[in-house]
Amino acid sequence: MPTVGVKRDFLFNALGRTYTDEEFDELCFEFGLELDEITSEKEIISREQGDSKASGASDLILYKIDVPANRYDLLCLEGLVRGLQVFKNKLEAPRYRRVSPDGGEPQRLIITKETAAVRPHAVAAVLRNITFTQERYDSFIELQEKLHQNICRKRSLVAIGTHDLDAISGPFTYTAKAPGDICFRPLNQTKEYTAIQLMSLYKTDSHLRHYLPIIEDKPVYPVIYDSNGVVLSMPPIINGDHSRISLQTKNVFIECTATDLTKAKIVLDMMVTMFSEYCAQPFTVEQAEVVYPDGKTCVYPELAYRKEKLSGEFVNRKVGIRESTDRIAQLLTRMCLLSQPTGVGDEIEVEIPPTRPDVIHACDIMEDAAIAYGFNNITRTTPLTYTVANQFPLNKLTELLRQDLAAAGFTEALNFALCSQEDIADKLGKKISETRAIHISNPKTAEFQVARTTLLPGLLKTVAANRKMPLPLKLFEISDVVLKDESKDVGARNSRRFCAIYYNKTPGFEVIHGLLDRTMQLLDVKPARGEGYHIQAADDSTFFPGRCAEIFVGGKSVGRLGVLHPDVVSRFELTMPCSALEMDVEPFLGFTAEVLLTHDVPMQETFKHQFPARSQSRPALPSRPPTTKTVFGDMSSQAGLEALDGFLADRSYMEGFTASQADAAVFDAIPSPPPRAFCHLRRWWSHIKSFQTERARLPPAKSQFVLPPAPPASDAGEDDVDLFGSDDEEESTEAARIREQRLADYAAKKSKKPALVAKSSILLDVKPWDDETDMAKLEECVRSVAMEGLLWGQAKLVPVGYGIRKLQIGCVVEDEKVGTDLLEEAITAFEEYVQSVDVAAFNKI
Amino acid sequence: MVYFSSPTFVAFGVRDTLNMADVLARRSCGLGHVRFEKTTSHPASIGASSMADTGVLEALLQRVEKADGGVDSLAAAAGLGVDHQVIVGAVKSLQALGDVISAELRSSKHWELTEEGTETAEQGSHEARVFSSIPAEGLPQAELMKLSFGKIGFSKAMSNNWIRVDKSHEGGPRIFRTVESIQDQVREKLLLVKRGDAAQLDEKEKNELKKRKLLAEVTVKSYWIAKGSSFSTTITKQETELTPEMIATGSWKEKKFKPYNFEAMGVAPDCGHLHPLMKVRTQFRQIFLEMGFSEMPTNNFIESSFWNFDSLFQPQQHPARDQHDTFFLSDPALAQEFPPEYLERVKKVHSEGGYGSQGYKYDWKIEEARKNILRTHTTAVSARMLYKLAQQEKFTPVKYFSIDRVFRNETLDATHLAEFHQIEGVVADYGLTLGDLMGVLHQFFTKLGITKLRFKPAYNPYTEPSMEVFSYHEGLKKWVEVGNSGVFRPEMLLPMGLPEDVSVIAWGLSLERPTMIKYGINNIRELVGHKVNLQMVYDSPICRLDS
Repeated sequence: MPTVGVKRDFLFNALGRTYTDEEFDELCFEFGLELDEITSEKEIISREQGDSKASGASDLILYKIDVPANRYDLLCLEGLVRGLQVFKNKLEAPRYRRVSPDGGEPQRLIITKETAAVRPHAVAAVLRNITFTQERYDSFIELQEKLHQNICRKRSLVAIGTHDLDAISGPFTYTAKAPGDICFRPLNQTKEYTAIQLMSLYKTDSHLRHYLPIIEDKPVYPVIYDSNGVVLSMPPIINGDHSRISLQTKNVFIECTATDLTKAKIVLDMMVTMFSEYCAQPFTVEQAEVVYPDGKTCVYPELAYRKEKLSGEFVNRKVGIRESTDRIAQLLTRMCLLSQPTGVGDEIEVEIPPTRPDVIHACDIMEDAAIAYGFNNITRTTPLTYTVANQFPLNKLTELLRQDLAAAGFTEALNFALCSQEDIADKLGKKISETRAIHISNPKTAEFQVARTTLLPGLLKTVAANRKMPLPLKLFEISDVVLKDESKDVGARNSRRFCAIYYNKTPGFEVIHGLLDRTMQLLDVKPARGEGYHIQAADDSTFFPGRCAEIFVGGKSVGRLGVLHPDVVSRFELTMPCSALEMDVEPFLGFTAEVLLTHDVPMQETFKHQFPARSQSRPALPSRPPTTKTVFGDMSSQAGLEALDGFLADRSYMEGFTASQADAAVFDAIPSPPPRAFCHLRRWWSHIKSFQTERARLPPAKSQFVLPPAPPASDAGEDDVDLFGSDDEEESTEAARIREQRLADYAAKKSKKPALVAKSSILLDVKPWDDETDMAKLEECVRSVAMEGLLWGQAKLVPVGYGIRKLQIGCVVEDEKVGTDLLEEAITAFEEYVQSVDVAAFNKI
Repeated sequence: MVYFSSPTFVAFGVRDTLNMADVLARRSCGLGHVRFEKTTSHPASIGASSMADTGVLEALLQRVEKADGGVDSLAAAAGLGVDHQVIVGAVKSLQALGDVISAELRSSKHWELTEEGTETAEQGSHEARVFSSIPAEGLPQAELMKLSFGKIGFSKAMSNNWIRVDKSHEGGPRIFRTVESIQDQVREKLLLVKRGDAAQLDEKEKNELKKRKLLAEVTVKSYWIAKGSSFSTTITKQETELTPEMIATGSWKEKKFKPYNFEAMGVAPDCGHLHPLMKVRTQFRQIFLEMGFSEMPTNNFIESSFWNFDSLFQPQQHPARDQHDTFFLSDPALAQEFPPEYLERVKKVHSEGGYGSQGYKYDWKIEEARKNILRTHTTAVSARMLYKLAQQEKFTPVKYFSIDRVFRNETLDATHLAEFHQIEGVVADYGLTLGDLMGVLHQFFTKLGITKLRFKPAYNPYTEPSMEVFSYHEGLKKWVEVGNSGVFRPEMLLPMGLPEDVSVIAWGLSLERPTMIKYGINNIRELVGHKVNLQMVYDSPICRLDS
């Protein structure tokens, strides 16, 4: 949010009255500004540079006012006063006019094609017969600076140059040249420099050095010359000294060069609308012509007034007020949006002035009406929206677990999701490449290099920072870690983990193990191999050899626990033994009856959008298929209905025990509500009718009851089909084709649903007996293991030491069909090659 | 144990003496020696005297009874032949029994022999010892200097003219007595002090001895013990705790029990603790659930710029999308997949407008939208949820909330970290008004115990109108900003496919700020992250936001 500093007394003078600080604060609040600070130049200097420097400074009261980032028209005293005066009904918004010069041609700015390589756009205008005072001049310079910092994005999008028109002579040329070929005396310098020299001169300039990178590495630099070859400016860096403006300047030439033309036009409009007030003819701006390389000529400033029409009802409905059309027009006019009712219904015509480029939609106009009405005058109402609340199941489980883990004597820690590579790799005795960590490209310090892949380092750092606390320290955290995951649209996903550590004079493995048992008890998992949980010895470089175990639940690894390796302990600047546990939480989510929300969005849109309104009736029933023919006969005939009635006598639905597309299809085939005589049919018909709104979501049909319309050419004339006469030979070939097609579609659709098949990606370490084992043969053996639901992936050889290499091979398995035990067994069967098999990584997909 | 302030002396010993000793030690710097009378010769440790049996107590009481007006604890100690510290303990014990005695703390100065002074009093002054060690035939000077007192005693005896040196004596300088006998006045003076008759010496004499480090002036703290209102010379032995045996035998009826010291703290229970920020989070979740809001799945810290910014109609040149404000990823650097039709609509509304909007009129680039970032707000998830809502066949109203981490690559200070928790609420329904947003906010903040609210027009790229929420802070006596809110722009909602007359109102605030205010924490690093002060976690009360 930009802050504008204005001298209080000048402000009050311009506003035509004085305010107390509180009154002015209140006015700002109402208008959407914020009186951020009341200070003085003296105070600022003494705060920033010390009292000694401040002795000569002015102690006039300064108001620092925060302005919304989209209101460029309020970035200077002139604009603020105009906005507030119009808001307070003390002034009518001025009308800004573009005029031709009195006799003679308008100023021309000719753009050459070379600029395309660096900064292709330029606009220009002239403020004629302007009278500067010191205050106005300061404000003029300050506005340029504010615009540069905000809409101009630190001059990268737009750069403004203002020049004393009487010191230069048009037409002007905007071109781009090699830096060595540009030579001029820049603002506030006594001699000429080439552009190359300038760039090194300004390297150390606290203000200008920030803009150098915008053009630094470009082959050519933008430059503007007058007809005598005088350099006006080298945008976006510096103006020439020759055309500098001063308090005596009467005619100002303004040019804006840009990479974004829309913004250049806005910036130019802002400069001229704000300061044309001080021209001999207030609020008039002399136009300038800009000639493009293709010969096209445009006249600037645009100073475009745009008309929008909206209804008073729209404003009332969106804001929640009930104001007359006239009154709404008045409200808008107070926001510098000149408005009047058109007389057609409650229509209002709103004129958006060039000072308000922030108004791009009717909702912006509506907001201005609400501001003028006064946000705090709006009646606060309660929406009638009826909803049933659901917790996100993973968070629900987390909340419940946290409570009971604290009850188990462990204290909750809360650590950062971002950390250094060292934290998650080196310090834990791991390689960063095996962590699956996401990497941040622009960290300001090492603390923000990666997102954590484990909660352990955070807890160890918490202990290190709290070494003065009495032992033992028992800490836990349940939070998300982030892992790369190619199956996600962004290539990464969160994984909820539970981590706990015990830090004391003894390792306390039994304490951590006890916590695991307690956690499993809380999660209702019994200690048993197979369906329950068990732990078994594992190798992990983070843990002390022989003191690490892997946790298996239902045969799948969910985490590890053990006594930390002494190296890990010391790397975290700890001195005592420590045991730890870290496991996944998500496998314990289980079944939830509530609708499961995920942040994954469907990539294919299922519906075309027509933006239906509420007033619109429910979507019309899908058009009736042109057939009434079903396997029960013709539904327009009594016989057909009777057959269906009989069929439904002992059935609730056409298929199975839930409504499906089969019901919907047959329903559609019945041309009119069935007679009461067919009570079963009638009951079914009413029931299916109630599904109309959600029928699209009904499960697909398994078999086809409704027959497609017979092609007109083949008139089979079979009006009365046998009951259940849907035998293949009796179906028309077309019907069979369609049916098969649909079944195939259904099967394909079904198979695409990935959620139905739980899969895991496993990385196996297969170790040979010695360095003479034929690794190629070993890999061949491993790959020869074939099971249903097993897919081998890439493999590589990783040196273990003494010339021995292990085979690291990935595979994807369907959890239901392939277990790691099974896999290991099958591989270790190749005894002559394989010494051992370990699961290096196991991840659910 | 801590409940017993009295007889066992331990409570006294642990709490009061230490404090007093501390105070006294500090005072001693200025006033010379100030201490309780305690001699090293009497190793009455606290432990030993804690066993101070009723014998000492009763003996003391008898003394008090006989004395007229009271006794001094020092005198009592001397009289009873025990260490003064034992008497101090006895006084404390008796005080704890009620008004048996009254004890007034007094301090007095008196002169006392130093270690060297004690030696002198026993064995004579150095000069006297020098004199007496010289036989009639004299002593070689070298011989004399070998004696421990030789050097000091020699010079003193010389100045007293008790001895002389014959430097020309064969075999080196030799010392002879010059007088027949001497009077060891130093020793006599010291003996006077030792007997407690220091008053007989004048100041000059005392100071001279002090200079010789034979005397020291000591301030002694003692109690003046007098009878209390319920004075008695016998004490009943008191029981400390009720035992199963007493209950079984009923003996508790006859026993007197030591009173508890209710000033002491109890023993801290051995328990775990929840983190204060998480406790506040739980309460905010509770509030949303009470209001019928469903929780959004915000477990995706990595987000594409598309969902974080573009889908919210935040232009690609917006400063928030700068390297300075947002964490970008180098791996995985780019998002791979977007709903293609929606992406086109978003591109169009940014670059050309549509849906009644002028758009931003700039060259929208897919490359920018694909850049992966650490999400800067949970509104990215709201955008996904609203898009999914728009994909439903029929629109149904929703109320959503989330509380989760967001990330900003900002300058860090005492109240800002690179990651914090954002609380967000969203309501989508037909015809919601700005008044509805204010009403919902009013209800929400009322549940936080904040009832005085007002709204300031503000700017936010994806809401219009936008309002900052201010509440009146009774302590600061001014309005402070407590949150941000607004109505999502049509340029955000309509490309998603939501019906035109559906409005979506939303608001957000940080979790850390209310937590810091709630728990009086000034530095955010003490609250979040590994530098957390665990003692603060242990000590933080339960979170009741509305009280």
